[in-house]
Amino acid sequence: MHTDKKHAALADIFNKDEARVNWHDQTLWFVRAKRDRLTHDLPEWEVLRDTASQIKNHALSRLQHYLQEFEEQALANGVQVHWAADAEEHNRIVCELLKKKGIDRMVKSKSMLTEECHLNDYLAENGIEVIDSDLGERIVQLAKEMPSHIVLPCIHKKKEEIGDIFHEHLGTEAGVSDPQVLTETARQHLRDVFITRRAALTGVNFAVAETGEMVVCTNEGNADMGAHLAEIHIASMGIEKLIPKRAHLGVFLRLLTRSATGQPITTYSSHFRRPRKGQEMHVILVDNGRSRQLARPDFKNSLKCIRCGACMNTCPVYRRSGGHSYHHAISGPIGSILAPNLDMQKFADLPFASTLCGSCSNVCPVKIDIHNQLYKWRQELVKAGYTDKKKTIAMKLMASTLASPSKFKFAGKMGRITLKYAPFTVNNRFNPWYKGREMPEPPKQSFREWYKGRGDFGSS
Amino acid sequence: MEVALFVPCYVDQFYPGAARATLELLEKLGVKVSYPEGQTCCGQPMANSGYEHLTGGCNENFIKCFQGYDYIVSPSGSCVLHVKDHLHSDKAPEASNEIRHRVFELTEFLTDILKVKQLDARFPHRVGVHQSCHGQRGLMLSQMSELTASPFSKPGMLLNMVRDIELVELDRKDECCGFGGTFCVAEEAVSVKMGKDRVADHLRNGAEFITGADMSCLMHMEGILRRNKSATKVIHIAEILNSK
Repeated sequence: MHTDKKHAALADIFNKDEARVNWHDQTLWFVRAKRDRLTHDLPEWEVLRDTASQIKNHALSRLQHYLQEFEEQALANGVQVHWAADAEEHNRIVCELLKKKGIDRMVKSKSMLTEECHLNDYLAENGIEVIDSDLGERIVQLAKEMPSHIVLPCIHKKKEEIGDIFHEHLGTEAGVSDPQVLTETARQHLRDVFITRRAALTGVNFAVAETGEMVVCTNEGNADMGAHLAEIHIASMGIEKLIPKRAHLGVFLRLLTRSATGQPITTYSSHFRRPRKGQEMHVILVDNGRSRQLARPDFKNSLKCIRCGACMNTCPVYRRSGGHSYHHAISGPIGSILAPNLDMQKFADLPFASTLCGSCSNVCPVKIDIHNQLYKWRQELVKAGYTDKKKTIAMKLMASTLASPSKFKFAGKMGRITLKYAPFTVNNRFNPWYKGREMPEPPKQSFREWYKGRGDFGSS
Repeated sequence: MEVALFVPCYVDQFYPGAARATLELLEKLGVKVSYPEGQTCCGQPMANSGYEHLTGGCNENFIKCFQGYDYIVSPSGSCVLHVKDHLHSDKAPEASNEIRHRVFELTEFLTDILKVKQLDARFPHRVGVHQSCHGQRGLMLSQMSELTASPFSKPGMLLNMVRDIELVELDRKDECCGFGGTFCVAEEAVSVKMGKDRVADHLRNGAEFITGADMSCLMHMEGILRRNKSATKVIHIAEILNSK
């Protein structure tokens, strides 16, 4: 999806259909509520979150060491290791690996990293077809859209709409929206893909430095179906996916799906360690701005993210604006603190798409202080000049008024008088507050005026 | 004990009743309260918009007004949180640090410092409690639904001391109302929708009044209630605790 519109404008469009906003909000709230039920059942939940946070902090503080350890182990296991400084290099490596084997069709399981790198577009331009095998991703791929959620890519679509897409692309009967029929159709379609593709690309949820293995979590088993049948398996991972030891999986696997969908564990948590006989296994370690983020003291711990999507499900703004309003592969609160690192100008709007309510930080299984980072990104973006000049002028005026008791008293009185005697000057379509809300009723006296009448001003 | 009353700028101008109730309630509980006249604003509107670097003037004025008191008490969780987290001054680093530790939101001051056990108040109505995010998740005035932890609520404890009050249960007990400072105009569509949904939860559960420890959220919900000509009203918690 390519758009020049910013979050507020896209959210405004999303809100034109209120019934749909209600449906979207309730669907995601259902997932949040399920997560609450599962996590509140575990007395050790907060200890798990703390532990995960500390493991990640530790791994990030010694990332170079663990990357080298991982590389050594992976090489010893017979896995070929590639390093990509950015998205472009990552895409080129994938393309070359496929070209070398004369492959022009690949199956891919869910990988937000490849969305971030726009791999599908790159490969298409190079004559290579990619089919996404995660059901949600396949649906948005057929609809030529971006995922709107990192765990539930097509959560913005109703089953009737999915029925229409399947009718157009997969030959189901018109008007069929029975989930049973649609999933069976997808199974048959994807089975054919799995059997015929010689190459499979998967993401990586956790890479274990100690053993050189990669753990891929899916509910559909689609990563396994692709990788087990293909002659070449390429695993793409951001360098922040490393954890030091296999034992640490006992913490992360318990946290991941409880946070994501309210399940105790993913249906498939597959460990890929070495290629089977005759197979090639590759891992591409991708930086793409991660080192830059690691060097920002205020934002480095955003790299602890394990991509569970809990912050999206709980975010009252996300639920009522939809993932596409964030115009980035990773949407919601976590996307809003990761995206500006990639392109400050393009994503300058995202840290402002929040009320700073803090619910995101509370559900985060690795305790990223998301809402504090949103606040800090706002400061950075304003200082770097990525804000509306009109807003800057207004803020300067406001700051000077509020810093002065006499100016404040005068402005406050003027404001109340205006509201009382000339409400039409603010109660109109140029005032965004008034569009859906009444202005406060101006009282006769401010508190300070009343207090003065009481005759006992304190020292100041 | 000498307490300074910090009345946030918009409360001073639009909701003097909430400030008055705070003052009267504290006095009723035997506290000596002063209102430093030069006070204006904590600077949060600029800071949350990304202009914290413009809040120097507000900070200096705040320090000038509020240094030297035993406690600073305010009927607004959000403004108190801002002061606690962000008040600073190169000219008066000690005074600003001191103030950050002495500033309290009204309900936490009543439960944690005054340790109020009973109140002579009566409010015979069905009341929904709005948990304002900055008070709840920032100041931890009450337990947060996201955490696996024992429930508690400082505003709830106080409201339960009020005679004849009936507190209503909400479907979503601590979702944001969508005010968010400049968010309410910059993200108008989502802000209004959040406000409508929050208000609807209270109405669905039969609230005659919506109360809370933060007037800004209440102002937002009041704007929506009045637009819909609803009979349900907003009322600051201080006004309930101070009612007869």
